[in-house]
Amino acid sequence: MSRHTLSVLVENKPGVLARIAGLFSRRGFNIDSLAVGPTEHPEVSRMTIVVNVEDSPLEQVTKQLNKLVEVIKIVELDGGASVSRELLLVKVKADASTRGQVLEVVQLFKAKVVDVATDAITVQVVGNKDKLDDFLRIVEPFGLRELVQSGVVAIGRGSRSISERNLRPVSVPAPPAAS
Amino acid sequence: MNEQGSGAPGTGSPVTGAQSLIRSLECAGAENIFGIPGGAILPAYDPLYDSVKIRHILVRHEQGAGHAAQGYASATGKVGVCMATSGPGATNLVTPIADAYMDSVPMVAVTGQVSSAAIGTDAFQEADIRGITMPITKHNFLVTDPAEIPRTIAEAFYIASTGRPGPVLVDVAKDAMQAQTTFAWPTELLLPGYRPVTRPHAKQIREAARMILEARRPVLYVGGGVIRARASQELKVLAEMTGMPVVTTLMARGAFPDSHAQHLGMPGMHGTVAAVAGLQRSDLIISLGARFDDRVTGNLDSFAPNAKIIHADIDPAEIGKNRHADVPIVGDAREVIADLVVALKTEADAGNQGDYEAWVAFLAGVKKKYPLGYDQPFDGSLSPQYVIERLGKIAGPEAIYVSGVGQHQMWAAHFVGYENPGTWINSGGLGTMGFSVPAAMGAKVGRPEATVWSIDGDGCFQMTNQELATCAIEGIPIKVAIINNESLGMVRQWQTLFYNKRYSNTDLNSKRIPDFVKLADAYGCVGLSCESTDEVDATINKAMSIDDAPVVVDFRVHRDAMVWPMVAAGTSNDDIKYARDMAPDFEDDDMERRDA
Repeated sequence: MSRHTLSVLVENKPGVLARIAGLFSRRGFNIDSLAVGPTEHPEVSRMTIVVNVEDSPLEQVTKQLNKLVEVIKIVELDGGASVSRELLLVKVKADASTRGQVLEVVQLFKAKVVDVATDAITVQVVGNKDKLDDFLRIVEPFGLRELVQSGVVAIGRGSRSISERNLRPVSVPAPPAAS
Repeated sequence: MNEQGSGAPGTGSPVTGAQSLIRSLECAGAENIFGIPGGAILPAYDPLYDSVKIRHILVRHEQGAGHAAQGYASATGKVGVCMATSGPGATNLVTPIADAYMDSVPMVAVTGQVSSAAIGTDAFQEADIRGITMPITKHNFLVTDPAEIPRTIAEAFYIASTGRPGPVLVDVAKDAMQAQTTFAWPTELLLPGYRPVTRPHAKQIREAARMILEARRPVLYVGGGVIRARASQELKVLAEMTGMPVVTTLMARGAFPDSHAQHLGMPGMHGTVAAVAGLQRSDLIISLGARFDDRVTGNLDSFAPNAKIIHADIDPAEIGKNRHADVPIVGDAREVIADLVVALKTEADAGNQGDYEAWVAFLAGVKKKYPLGYDQPFDGSLSPQYVIERLGKIAGPEAIYVSGVGQHQMWAAHFVGYENPGTWINSGGLGTMGFSVPAAMGAKVGRPEATVWSIDGDGCFQMTNQELATCAIEGIPIKVAIINNESLGMVRQWQTLFYNKRYSNTDLNSKRIPDFVKLADAYGCVGLSCESTDEVDATINKAMSIDDAPVVVDFRVHRDAMVWPMVAAGTSNDDIKYARDMAPDFEDDDMERRDA
C-alpha cells in the first residue's frame, strides 16, 4: 500500500462531496484525508484526496471518479514535484513548570501559540505530515488534551496550473428538439 | 418545432415550471412516459393532460413504470421515460433505476419532490431520492429553480443516451413546478466534466489487429455494449472476414445470429460447453462491450489462463477492472469494430491473415459433441425447455422476447434462437425478478408492430403482474408465457444441488393458487392453460392469433427440470458440467496435436 495524493477539480454544485464520498465508500476505497475548498474559478472547487492503495485500485479510483459528471479533472500529485500542507491545532498540557520547555519545542518547529491558559497552551502547526507527526511525538510526553487536524492540501511546483486548461466549458450540441 | 410557437431555441415565454417541464420533455423527444401521479408531481400532470406529443401510460405500480421505460428503451434504442411522485413513488423506482444502471439502459426518471422550503424537514412523502439514487444513477439532479428545468432535462437526456448509456434521475421540487418562469430550450449544454470518448485510438486498433493476426485461438467475446451501440452489422463483417469464433453474453443474445456456424453460444455460469471452453482455452479474447462479469468468468484467477486480452469498452473504468487488458481500447463498440475491420482488411490485402483452422475445428467438435439439450421428464409431464423452444420456433426471430430472472431466463436465453439484435430483453446485471411483464409492456409500446412475448416464471410473474391491467386498458397486447413450475425454480435447483434437497421456502404452490387463467380473465386478458406436450403448438398458435388483447398462458411444467450446463458459483469454468455430475471431455491432446 502506498499513499497517493489526488487533486480533483469538481463543479461547485450541491451534493458533489456526497457523490465523491459515496463513491469511495461503495467501491471499498479508504480515504486517508479529504480537503475541499474554492479555487481561482468560482464555479470550480478543488478537492485534495489522500488515498492509501496499491497502483491497480488507484487506477480504478481515478477512473470511477472521472465517470462522475461533475468531476472535471483529476491529477495525481507526486511528492517531489508538489508541496503539501496540513494544519494541526493541539492543546498541550503546560503549567508554570513545563511551559518553557513546550515553548522551546514550538519555536524549534516554527509553530505558533494561538491561545494560552493556566494549565495548557494551544499550538498551531503547519507543515507536511512528517513535520506534524514529529511535533506530536515530541510534545506528547507533556500531555495532549485535545487535537484537531485538517486534511492535506497540495499544489504542484512550478508555474503551471492544473486548472487553466480544462476549465473552459465545452459546449455540446443540444439533442435535436422534437419537431 | 413547437406548435405553440413559444418553444423555439433561445426564446423565452412565460409559463409555469410544470409547463416548462412538459415542454422540455417534448423537446427532448419523449413520446411515451410511464408513470403514476401523486402529490408532489401533481403540477406536472396538469399540462401533461394537454400534451399532444406525449402519451402518458398510467401504470399500476411505479416499479412497473421503471421497467416499462427500460423495455421501451431496450426495444427502440430511445431514452425511456418514467415519472413518479415524491417519497414512496420515487423509492418504488429504485429497483428499475438500479437495474437500468447495471444493464446500461438509457432512461430518464422524473420525480416530484416536496416544496423546497419543506426539503429536509421530514415532510409528508419526503425522501431524499437524489441521495438514495446517487450510487445507482449515471447522474442525478435536484431542481428547485424553475429556470433550470429546460437545461436540466436537456442534460438528463444527453447524459442518459450518450457514452455508456444509463439512468438519470431528475427530482423537481413542487414549488419549482408551481412558480412562474420562462421557457427556453437550450442550444448548448455546459458539461465540462462529461466528455465520453467514442473514437478509438488508432494505435490501439493497429496493436489489436496485430494480436488478432498472431493469435491461434482467438474468441470474440461480445457483450451488451454491441447491442447498445447497434454494432451487429459490423460485428458480422468482422467475424466473417476473420473466421473467429463468437460468444454472446446474456446481455448480447441476438447481437450475432444463433444460426451462424461461428457462434458458440452464451458463455458463463450457464453457458454452452463450446462457449465456455472457447473462452477458457483461448489465447486471445477480443472483448467488445463486455465487462468480465463474475457470471461469465467464474473464478477469476482460473479464467482463460492463457489468453491475452483486447478489451474494448466505451467506459474506461470497465477496462482492467476485473481482468488485466493487454490492449485497452476506449470507444464505442460500433466504431471500434468498424476500425478493426478496416485495419484487418488492410492487413489481408497485404497477405496477412490469421490461421485459426485447428482452433475452429476443435471448437466445432466441442459444439457438436456437447450441444444444448435437455431430457424430457420421465413422467410425461411438460418440459419447460420444450415449451420455450417451440415458442421461439413459432413466434420466430422477428418477435421480441422479454424474460424475468431465474431458470426460465436461462432457458429462454438458450432455446428461443435469436437472429436479430434487440429481440432479447432481460435483467442481466441486477437480476430483478418481476422485470418481464412491465418491460414487455414497454417494449410493445415502443415496437407496436412486433410480437412481444414475455417469458416469465410463476415467481417473477406474481411480483409485477398488476401491469396486465395497464396492458388491457391501454391496448398493449403483449403475450405472457408463464413457465409454471410452481416454485422459485433457480433457488430450488441450488437447493437440489447444494442443500441436500431441503426445499426451504421455494414451493410457491402456483399450480393451485392463484388460478392464472382466472387472473388473466379478471385483468381483461385472454387466459390459456397448457400442461401436455401435445397441446403446446396449438396453445402457442392460439395465443399468436389473438392480437386485440393481452394473452397469458399458464404452461404447467415439470418442476424438477434444471438449467444445464452449469459452473457452480465460485468454481473454475474448467469445472463446467453439462448435466448433473457430467463433465465434458475436451480431448486436450487432440487439440494440442492439431495446434502444433
